[in-house]
Amino acid sequence: MLNQTGIPTKDQVNSRFPGKIALIRPKAILECYEDIPCNPCSTSCPFDAIMIGDNINVQPKLITDKCTGCGLCVPSCPGLAIVIAQIKEDKAVFKIPYEFLPMPIVGEQWHGVNRSGEVICDASIDHVLLSKKQDHTAVVTVSVPEQYLYDFVTIRVKR
Amino acid sequence: MINKDLIIIGGGPSGLCAAKTAAEAGIDVMVIERSNQLGGQLIKQTHKFFGSKSQYAKTRGYDIAGILIKDLESKSNLEIMKNATVVGLYPDLVVTVLFEGNYIKYQAKSIIVATGASEKFLAFENNDLPGIYGAGAVQTLMNLYGVLPGQEIIMVGSGNIGLIVSYQLLQAGVNVKAIVEAAPTIGGYKVHASKIRRLGVPILTKTTVQRAIGTTQIEAVELVSLDEKWKPIAGTESIFKIDALCISVGLSPMHQLLSMINATTKFIPELGGFVPVVDHHHETSVKGIFVCGDAVGIEEASSAMMEGYLTGLYIAEHLGKSHPEQESLKKLYETQLSMLRDGPFGVKTKIGLEKMREGMKHA
Repeated sequence: MLNQTGIPTKDQVNSRFPGKIALIRPKAILECYEDIPCNPCSTSCPFDAIMIGDNINVQPKLITDKCTGCGLCVPSCPGLAIVIAQIKEDKAVFKIPYEFLPMPIVGEQWHGVNRSGEVICDASIDHVLLSKKQDHTAVVTVSVPEQYLYDFVTIRVKR
Repeated sequence: MINKDLIIIGGGPSGLCAAKTAAEAGIDVMVIERSNQLGGQLIKQTHKFFGSKSQYAKTRGYDIAGILIKDLESKSNLEIMKNATVVGLYPDLVVTVLFEGNYIKYQAKSIIVATGASEKFLAFENNDLPGIYGAGAVQTLMNLYGVLPGQEIIMVGSGNIGLIVSYQLLQAGVNVKAIVEAAPTIGGYKVHASKIRRLGVPILTKTTVQRAIGTTQIEAVELVSLDEKWKPIAGTESIFKIDALCISVGLSPMHQLLSMINATTKFIPELGGFVPVVDHHHETSVKGIFVCGDAVGIEEASSAMMEGYLTGLYIAEHLGKSHPEQESLKKLYETQLSMLRDGPFGVKTKIGLEKMREGMKHA
């Protein structure tokens, strides 16, 4: 399915999520499902929580305990395939990479979008980070109802 | 006749990298570039690159061009000639350059052909209508000149270029209606495909362009589904209204200069078509003439850069010189290059290189 549509299967997505208890703290979700020669996620992690190893053609593995959810890997992934997820009360809170204009502004309500590009929920913009080091890839903190934890992937401006 | 140690034809990623290592080895280098700026296709690449640190991973393409150009600054034994086209190459290592209306002849001790690749096109009815572009042209318009190619577009081809350019079009506010792919599966990296799919763009595999519709410019396109034998299935035609169509169906190595000197070439589909046959040191069948980058087989720019650095070092050996770190750099770049080809996306290149070396004596 992924190699025909670009949409990963539910099983693929679930395999990258740690258990819900671990998600009390923020954790990186590495949605890289293909052996491509690439390792910036691993080298950008200050906590050695993303393992690739000497052969850069393997998919990254998250060492959940070591991941602090800092989000440095999010703008480092050239494939924009990493989000940070956390469960906070009844919300799923994400840090996502974003490279479009207009940039979201804190407090705004945007559409929450799934991996097929469909609008599934409302998304509240909690924080927008765009430092020089991120090189034009903003990291947007956004919260959606917890039930969309495994479906939400990005935001779209409401027109 | 002007004498030079090394002439590099083409100032793209592989040519610039070769210039660096060769110049550092104390060779007099001249880079000849057709356009008015160095960097080749890198200058239009707004996405962050894959690979590892040695390939400037997570740096955007135009910034990599900047790094490679900066690396060549303050090298007194390196000359760069822009707006200059090589129009003749001769087996006695003579190059004719067309520059400011004059033909200038250079005698070199060795030559690197780093001419890159040209885009393949697709045959369909009305494929000459205005509004039908190659992906390279779309990137030039959009990313160099800030001009949109259209408002509503369909991309033909789901290789990395097709996927990346689709993403760039979306960033520029263009409505990408679909990406069309004749093969049963997506050609490029799935992370790129997912990135576009979640923006709402469908990727239609087993689908191709039947014909373009329009009188003075493209107004619509007719798509059709393909069966297992890549034959159009009658009754599956559908018409999409668009004002631009972008073709991204692969690249062909630019081997033409090498044909002028009768360098041995081979047709190797895995490498993109006709390619010069080279040995492990990237030397062609004509002594002293080397090739690196896409001109010797289509790959990612990351590989082109590694090949460039290596070819500069091989040239040093060929001319009896040595880089201060000759052996360690050779080992580094050889390891990096073979690593880049080690995954599933490198299989085609590896098969292609095996085919190239079949029956070669000095390989």
